[in-house]
Parts: sequence; C-alpha cells; structure tokens
Amino acid sequence: MEVLQLLISGLANGCVYGLIALGFVLIYKATEAVNFAQGDFMMLGAFVTLGLVNPEYMGIPFWLALPLVFVIMGVLGYLLDLVVLRAVFGQSQVAVIIVTIALGFVIRFAVGEIWGHEPQSLRSPLALGDVRVGDLVLGLADVAVIIVTVIMTILLWQFFQRTKMGLAMQAASQNQMAAYYMGIPVKRIQGMVWALAGIVAAVAGILYASKGALDPSAGFIGIKAFAAAVIGGFGSLPGALLGGLIVGVIEPFAARYLPPGWSQIAPYALLIAVLLFRPHGLFAQVRAKKV
Amino acid sequence: MSDVLLEVRNLETFYGPIMAIRGVSLEVRKGRVVTVLGANGAGKTTLLKTISGIMDPEKGKILFEGKDIQGWEPHRVVQAGIVHVPEGREVFPLLTVEENLALGAYTRSDRAEIARDRDLVFNYFPILAERRYQEAGTLSGGQQQMLAIGRGLMLRPEIMLLDEPSLGLSPLLTQEIFAILKRLNKDEGVTMMLVEQNAAVALELADDGYVMELGRIVMSGTADRLASSEDIQSFYLGHDTEGARGERRWKRKKTWR
Repeated sequence: MEVLQLLISGLANGCVYGLIALGFVLIYKATEAVNFAQGDFMMLGAFVTLGLVNPEYMGIPFWLALPLVFVIMGVLGYLLDLVVLRAVFGQSQVAVIIVTIALGFVIRFAVGEIWGHEPQSLRSPLALGDVRVGDLVLGLADVAVIIVTVIMTILLWQFFQRTKMGLAMQAASQNQMAAYYMGIPVKRIQGMVWALAGIVAAVAGILYASKGALDPSAGFIGIKAFAAAVIGGFGSLPGALLGGLIVGVIEPFAARYLPPGWSQIAPYALLIAVLLFRPHGLFAQVRAKKV
Repeated sequence: MSDVLLEVRNLETFYGPIMAIRGVSLEVRKGRVVTVLGANGAGKTTLLKTISGIMDPEKGKILFEGKDIQGWEPHRVVQAGIVHVPEGREVFPLLTVEENLALGAYTRSDRAEIARDRDLVFNYFPILAERRYQEAGTLSGGQQQMLAIGRGLMLRPEIMLLDEPSLGLSPLLTQEIFAILKRLNKDEGVTMMLVEQNAAVALELADDGYVMELGRIVMSGTADRLASSEDIQSFYLGHDTEGARGERRWKRKKTWR
C-alpha cells in the first residue's frame, strides 16, 4: 500500500517535470536552442492563472480564466521568439543560453514585483484534498494531475499527428532546410513552437500550483526537468515525459528507503549514469542519414 | 521569346568572400527540360539555391513568369510555383512516406486535388505506395530520391529544380529515375531544370543545356548539339579522342579557355 502511495505522488510530481521537460524538448527540436527559462515559464504560467483566478486579485472563474491564460502564455512565447531570440539568431549557442538564463531572472523578479515573494496558493479546482481508501491516503490533486497530463499528452499527440501545423513543426525540426524547400514558413513555425511551449508551461504551472504553495522561486524545478529531458533523450517528446516520470518516481522512493539527502541526489546520479552508459538518453530517436 | 518561364540575368552569388556564381544568365522555356552540367564546385547547386531563395544573390535578376523574384523568402518562391528537389534527397526521416508527401502539398489546401496528385505520384512511383506507412528514414537511397521527387510533384509546380538526382545511385537506378522524369515531362508537361554531373544521362533527357565552370556559363545550346560537341565528349562524356598512334599525345585544351 505504501508503495502505491509513493508511486502516485511520485508520478504526479513526475508529470509536472515531464511537462516542463516537454517544453525544453519542443523548443530544442524546433530551434536547436535550449530555453533555460522553461521552469520560470512554468512559474509565470501559474502566477498568471493565480492573478486571474484568486479572489484577492481579479477573481475570474477558473474555467473562464483558463483559455485566457493559454492565450497570454502563447502570445508571450511567440513574442519572446520574435523579439528576443531572433535578435541573437546566428550567434553561438552560448549566447542563446545566456539570454534564456537572463530571461529566467527577469521573469522571476517581475513576478516577485507584481505578485510578491510570499508563497501563495492557487484556487484551483484540482486542489481537492485527501481521500482515505483503507490504509491508503490518496492526494486527489495528485490523481487529477496525472489525469490532466494524460489528456494533455493525447491532445499533443493528436496535434502533431493530425494537424497541418503539427506536421509542419515536425518537419521543420527534422530537416529545416527541406522544410524551407517545401514552402513551410520555418521562422513563423518556430514562433508557433515557442507559443506551444508557453501553453504547455502554463499547464505545468497550473498542475504544480494545484499540488501546493507557489512562489517566484518555483521555477528552479526547471533544473530537475532539464535533467529529466536529458535522461529521456533530449530530442524525443515521449522521452521527455517518461524522463520526467522517472525522476518524479525516484525521488519519493529514495526519500523513503535511502538515507536522508539521497533523494535530492538521486535524479542527478541517474542523469550521470545515463550520460555514461546511454549518452543519447533512454528513449532517443536517432537515425543515421542515408547517402 | 514569349514562353520563357524562368530567366536568370547576370546573377552573382557569394559564399562569404568566395564568389560562387560570376554573372550567370540562362533561360528555361515552358515544358522543356534544361540541364546545367559542370564539375564539382562549378556553382551549380549555388545557382539552384539562389533561384529558390535559400541564398541571396549580390547582383542580377531572377525573372519567373515575368516577375522579379530575387530576394523573396523561400516559402514565397515555392508558392509562386518553383519547387527545389535538393541534393542528397533531404526527406523528413521520422515521418512516413505519406506524411512526407502531405508536406509537399503544404502550400495547397484543395484536399480532393491533393489526394489526386498523391495517387499520381503513387502511379509513377509504385514502390512509394507500397511503403506509404513506413518512415522515410528507413527507405533505401533510391526510394528516398523517388520520395523527394514525388514530394516535389505534390506542390504541382510550374518548374522543378532537380539537384543531382543521380547522386549516390547505381547506374540502373539512375536510368530508372531518369526514365520516370522523362515521362513526367512528356505526359504531365512538368518543366525541369536539372543540375547534373552525369552528363550522359542528363543530355539524353534534356532539350537544352548549359555548361558551367567556375561560376560561369561557358557553353550553351540544344542538348543534341552539346552532346555532339568535341569538348563535351572528351571532358564530360569521357570519350577519348585518339591520336594517330592510338594514344593521346597531348593534353587537349578546352576551346573556351
């Protein structure tokens, strides 16, 4: 019973890591840039929701605010690509990394200025409290988080498989030059990928805030999500989600069964092991090009 | 001439400090196959990339149906009706054959017509129909080339720019692909601009030809005339002109040098 309990809370955490990792991988695949502000994007998405929904701010009903949040975060992602990232287009990878790290700081302090640095809690319909089934204490929020993530995954899957835009995004990430040759406006598609990453971050943020308190430093779990993306295989969308789940599940088990402190180390120890023994990640999609 | 589809005038393109194209002028008439021959580094690929908008020229004009398309973004050039089938296939490796073809029709939205063109492509390349649900990266080189050509056709282009379709293929496969290109030109009326190192197959398919060396056009004419010219025979087709004693005694000089 205890195992099941640990598993569910671990999976719920893992879903949040996985969704952030998904944002990393989406942007990396489309633009070959790593957005180190993805964790802060998540936090921003959560705070935007909080600002719209919570009664002490605007007090809009949650389900009305939700589409608004997606629009805000999507437009923000698109604009960031348009204004900030295209300015460093053609510069080295390091420039992009530094810009996105700086962006993370800017978001963190802007959020602190607007909504304060104190932990707050989001009035989320997913925050349902606990339920006792025999010996088992289940956080309903955890279960809700897992369900929402599954739905989100299916939606994204359908988006990439069925829509023209999704197909074009895949094409642009697999072979940018050929995408140009097919008449795909690659730059606009990359902007749309940033928008999508913003929306995914918003979902991750809402899920994160449903599970507990929220403050501007919440974005730091982006580091763990980054590790999850690498473990899963940077460049593979299912890999990112699975990597997130693995990291999420390892933590509570390490906390329960290993000496204190190990649970913080465990994800990174796994990261190092993966880099040593399977450098492309656990679920990598690599295929040599035929000539 | 009124039926000129694509005209290039005094084009100059640079790769950084290197002048890859040094004032090229040529024209492609509607319904014809024009080949541009030349060795490695002659600037053939650069010429195609400049036409399709991947690279920007320093000087010169590219006229397509009378409009100057020089400096257009690549996707606008595609929308105008110029499709570039790049060197080395460049398919989308993790997408299926069918998805690759669907992306060829990215700029179009008429579903029924797209489905018809897909059947047309499958008709010309039956192997693609067989492999339609397979990832393109798992196809053989020849099949990938067929897919790249089929994907280009899905755009229903006014003109196809073909960059070395014979690259890395066996002579037999090359023959097969060129036979299909010939049928496409004759039956569907697809205008083609074909860049090749394999002069023999290219001249057989083409109506007109240009020879490029070091970024310049050094010779032009109908394909038949080029094929019978001594220079082309000895430098591009590899026919030896033998001396009286049955061996070559001096190094032939090209007449354009």
